[in-house]
Amino acid sequence: MNETEARSTNRRSLLSGPYLVWIIGFTVLPLIVIFRFALSDGAGHATLSNITAIFSPIHRKAMWFSLKIAIGCTVFCILLSYPMVMAMKHLGLSKKGFSLFIIILPMWMNFILRILALQMILSNNGILNLFLTKLGFEPLRIANTETAVMIGAVYDYLPYMMLPIYTAIMEINEDVIEAAKDLGAGSFTVFRKIILPLSLPGLLSGTVMVFVPSMTSFVISNLLGGGKLQLIGNVIEQEFMTGNRYVGSGLSVALMIFVLISMAFTMRHNTEGKESVVW
Amino acid sequence: MKRLKDIASGIYIGLIGVLLYAPILVLIVLSFNNSRSRVVWGGFTLDWYSKLFSNNQIKEALLTTVILALASAVIAVLIGVPGAIGIHALRKRPYKVMMGLTNIPMLNADIVTGIALMLWFVHFIPLGFGSVLLAHITFNIPYVILSVMPRVQQMNIATYEASRDLGAGPVYSFFKIMLPELVPGILSGFFMAFTMSMDDFVITYFTKGAGVNTLSTMIYGQIRKGIKPEMYALSTLIFLVVSAILIIVNALSDRRKTPKKNIEERI
Repeated sequence: MNETEARSTNRRSLLSGPYLVWIIGFTVLPLIVIFRFALSDGAGHATLSNITAIFSPIHRKAMWFSLKIAIGCTVFCILLSYPMVMAMKHLGLSKKGFSLFIIILPMWMNFILRILALQMILSNNGILNLFLTKLGFEPLRIANTETAVMIGAVYDYLPYMMLPIYTAIMEINEDVIEAAKDLGAGSFTVFRKIILPLSLPGLLSGTVMVFVPSMTSFVISNLLGGGKLQLIGNVIEQEFMTGNRYVGSGLSVALMIFVLISMAFTMRHNTEGKESVVW
Repeated sequence: MKRLKDIASGIYIGLIGVLLYAPILVLIVLSFNNSRSRVVWGGFTLDWYSKLFSNNQIKEALLTTVILALASAVIAVLIGVPGAIGIHALRKRPYKVMMGLTNIPMLNADIVTGIALMLWFVHFIPLGFGSVLLAHITFNIPYVILSVMPRVQQMNIATYEASRDLGAGPVYSFFKIMLPELVPGILSGFFMAFTMSMDDFVITYFTKGAGVNTLSTMIYGQIRKGIKPEMYALSTLIFLVVSAILIIVNALSDRRKTPKKNIEERI
């Protein structure tokens, strides 16, 4: 790198100045503030008890339920997304832009209203049971259960998983797939050896977009869990609404540490410069 | 065999489609329901639509939501695009630090971001439209940076240097050489940011204070008392408008793609 080039590179990096100021002002400082609350007992003494409160039995229960929902939701979303994208690809819908359209459209409708509508569908004398009894089946009793919360989470976050997987699979060079077929690979081998590995970046960014929100959203569990099933998000929200900022902050920090560790673990495989964007 | 696979694919897409759209269909049906109850069908009516247009509260929340989404997306682009170009020019270590910091709002749970911002804002500004705007810009910038960055990486910086060597000023070169290459990334970042802002509930909920409402927080506030049916009418209208926009955009991009493809095939 000669001298002029180095200088121009340097000057160009100054463009990130405003962004740096923004990050410090609205990402770093707020985190410092929340840590300060988390480490304080409210009377000016330092304590770790707000953070370790996550291990108290009642919070442990919420954390456990959150993990169950987050892992279940992520796995279901992955299992539902791949066949969907493969089916779209098979039917050639991807070329018409139509498939992108059916995935994106629900994301534009207010999610609280959609979850309320889902509540009406799933409730004990709701639309689903109406259909089931008409068809001669036993009505399902899933309202206000963990199953209902899981269905709600999968329903709400499915597009966020489908979209990046869709983008990743559509970017795969058709020639590679053709070559594999010519060499005698069956559909399953093509999927396992080519499509799955090459769509991994999409799968990872989908996981990031589904795992954390499904673990912490408090609206879905509020509406579909009948107010009794608590995710860690519900617990934190209640601590704040009842004015207990210190414990609320402590639980938030504990949650953040947990999320960052688990994501660092996932993202380790996502190599530099391959940020897969959702669309 | 192929035929069987066609049918299976069609059925599967249909099933997922039902899952995704059944609740939306319920909302549309409710918007025409002549009854305040959510479980009784009271006949067809357009009342909720006329009530919607005279409901100032809803209009105000809608306006707040749209202005917030537009303003936060525009400002996020204005900070994020130079940010991405600048970060790209950094040396390896500061580059990694900046990208790591960029990922924090993306990875952190919304509830943690919202609470941290709220606890910080109360030190210097009253919670209201301003604080919500700052919060939305904060979570929008990373989407812009992550959309623009791949374009910056693909960009051939030599063309920019060449134009500078030939006497073009930095601003002129930026608009003539860099910007055209970044436009697709900027557009997708903008739409992503706009969508995320429109869709956000949790961060707005914690940073808004009393008095300001977006559609999401307004709906959340109505849950206990029962959702006003005007809301169903509004969401039906939003559904129609967004469908129309998406169909038009699709048709336009299809038309733009076709001639190019023909040329490629001819070659």
